[in-house]
Amino acid sequence: MSNTDFVLAVEGLTVSFDGFKAIDDLTLYVDRGELRVVIGPNGAGKTTLLDLICGKTRASSGSIKFKNEEMSELPEHLIVRAGIGRKFQTPSIYENLSVFKNLEVSFPRGRGVIGALGFKCDQVVRDKIDEVAQMIGLSDRLDVESGLLSHGQKQWLEIGMLLMQDPELLMLDEPIAGMSARERELTAELLLRICQNRSMIVIEHDMEFVSRIAHKVTVMHQGKILAEGSMAQVQADPKVIDVYLGH
Amino acid sequence: MKANALIRTVYGNYWSLAILALILLVLFPLSMDIFRLNLVGKYLTYGFVAIGLVMLWGYAGVLSLGQGVFFGLGGYAMAMFLKLEASDPVSTAIQSTPGIPDFMDWNQLSALPWWWEPFHSLPFALFAVVAMPSLLALIISFAMFKRRVGGVYFAIITQAVALILSVLIIGQQGFTGGVNGITDLKTLLGWDIRSDGARYILYFANAALLLGAILLCRLIQQSKLGTLLLAMRDKEDRVRFSGYDVAMFKVFTFCLAAALSAIGGAMFALQVGFMSPSFVGIVPSIEMVILAAIGGRMSLVGAIYGTLLVNFGKTYFSESFPDLWLFLMAALFIGVVMAFPNGLAGLYESHVKPWLAARRGKATKAAVRVAPAAPTPRSATPASPAATAGELGLAGKVSSQTA
Repeated sequence: MSNTDFVLAVEGLTVSFDGFKAIDDLTLYVDRGELRVVIGPNGAGKTTLLDLICGKTRASSGSIKFKNEEMSELPEHLIVRAGIGRKFQTPSIYENLSVFKNLEVSFPRGRGVIGALGFKCDQVVRDKIDEVAQMIGLSDRLDVESGLLSHGQKQWLEIGMLLMQDPELLMLDEPIAGMSARERELTAELLLRICQNRSMIVIEHDMEFVSRIAHKVTVMHQGKILAEGSMAQVQADPKVIDVYLGH
Repeated sequence: MKANALIRTVYGNYWSLAILALILLVLFPLSMDIFRLNLVGKYLTYGFVAIGLVMLWGYAGVLSLGQGVFFGLGGYAMAMFLKLEASDPVSTAIQSTPGIPDFMDWNQLSALPWWWEPFHSLPFALFAVVAMPSLLALIISFAMFKRRVGGVYFAIITQAVALILSVLIIGQQGFTGGVNGITDLKTLLGWDIRSDGARYILYFANAALLLGAILLCRLIQQSKLGTLLLAMRDKEDRVRFSGYDVAMFKVFTFCLAAALSAIGGAMFALQVGFMSPSFVGIVPSIEMVILAAIGGRMSLVGAIYGTLLVNFGKTYFSESFPDLWLFLMAALFIGVVMAFPNGLAGLYESHVKPWLAARRGKATKAAVRVAPAAPTPRSATPASPAATAGELGLAGKVSSQTA
């Protein structure tokens, strides 16, 4: 596959589980600085797509290029180090550790065994933690054990843990699931703020939320891309209305 | 609050270590004759295994049922050196081949096997004590953890390794001394290790090494690596997708636990004067896990008390109730695990500490009432009951991952 200017170029991606093609010859490009939202009915393959990009699931065929480098063969931790961060659907944080420690552990230094032994939480790390905590609205909760946070705060903390690593591509799987209206509002603001110098892929169901944040929307159906374009274009597409948005 | 409890165990002040040092270095030597002290020294060698298990099982959440392998390898490396020194041509003149260990002569070997040769050198033997078990641990754990084998499957594999090694040692009688092991160890560079003076010195050397090992483990717990181990136990995928090679951290911890066990084994051979396959197989390996479980698998210092308690119990029961002692040991184990799932250290956290805090709180109040101007001592009250809940919650998580 040729090189492109896209930050992420997924081409001809297929994965099959016992013959069932969860992702079927999918091609997707994400621009630098773009916030892409992926929507689609349950079982369309949205989460599987993220799993494939971050290496959790291995592709049967096809290529995933991040900044023109092939990712599909790399082990997970090297994909992360290349600059792809991924947030899981259920908040995935270290519940026994404080918010501060959660963020500190996510700082991208001392990632080897020796490095971790010698890691010092110096001013650079502390400044970064303060900056991220401010961004996710948890500045006054740094000493709290993260298991005690509310559901919404846990989601923000996990986003914060990814921001500690400054990924160039950030992938979020249903970040507002289970959030209150107010929390959704704050999350939308947060996402718009953090996408300023990075690309993002967000999976979401809430159409109001999607229309607030999306630069471009991709609709998936049965492992394939059904439609792609601006929110208005997609919403007007008869195919999309048929399978997803309803009449 | 759970975090506070945890932070307190991890970053806990060093006085618990100081008290242990006082008991091991002052109280025991003053209150025991050399026979008993030597016995305690033997128990403390299992303490190395127990603290290794605290790191591996408690922190990294990886249960190994084969720590006897590493204890044994360390012990054998030391015993091989001591045996070669004890088998000089003069004292083995009555053998058909003088100058080789007696059990080789009995098994019709007429020359020292080539792989015994380097054990003539003490530096090599000391190097081998740590390097041999660490290398084996590296191979096993790298192969397993890179393939994401964990939990029960890993425990079973370590158990298989323990069985294989003990069968191998027993089967290769001519090379290893077989089921009797390597016995009659006499001197270390000409220094009689069986004399009372030597036993005192070895006891103190052993205790100091053990305290040093605890300190080292504590430093590791306090480093980012320690935090990562806890994080991995909680959400392994999150650690992996934060850019860490999770397997390598487990490999490191497994090798650390192996090296510690091996040092214990070497100190065992020095203090007890022999090494045998009865410390290698499945049963001793499981006994070692019991030591850590009774002491509390999250507490390094607790593991040492657990080791001492179990072994004192073993000695006392076997002396007083020769027919019943195994049942009594089993009852002790089951009782402790049922009543205090976090072992002695958990008991301390849940019962003794709140009680101490309450007392201190009362004393503080009394002092304030008598002399209002007196500065209030920094109270240790916050979060003790919550700390209990935290500890128990943690226990649930640990057992669900390792069971």
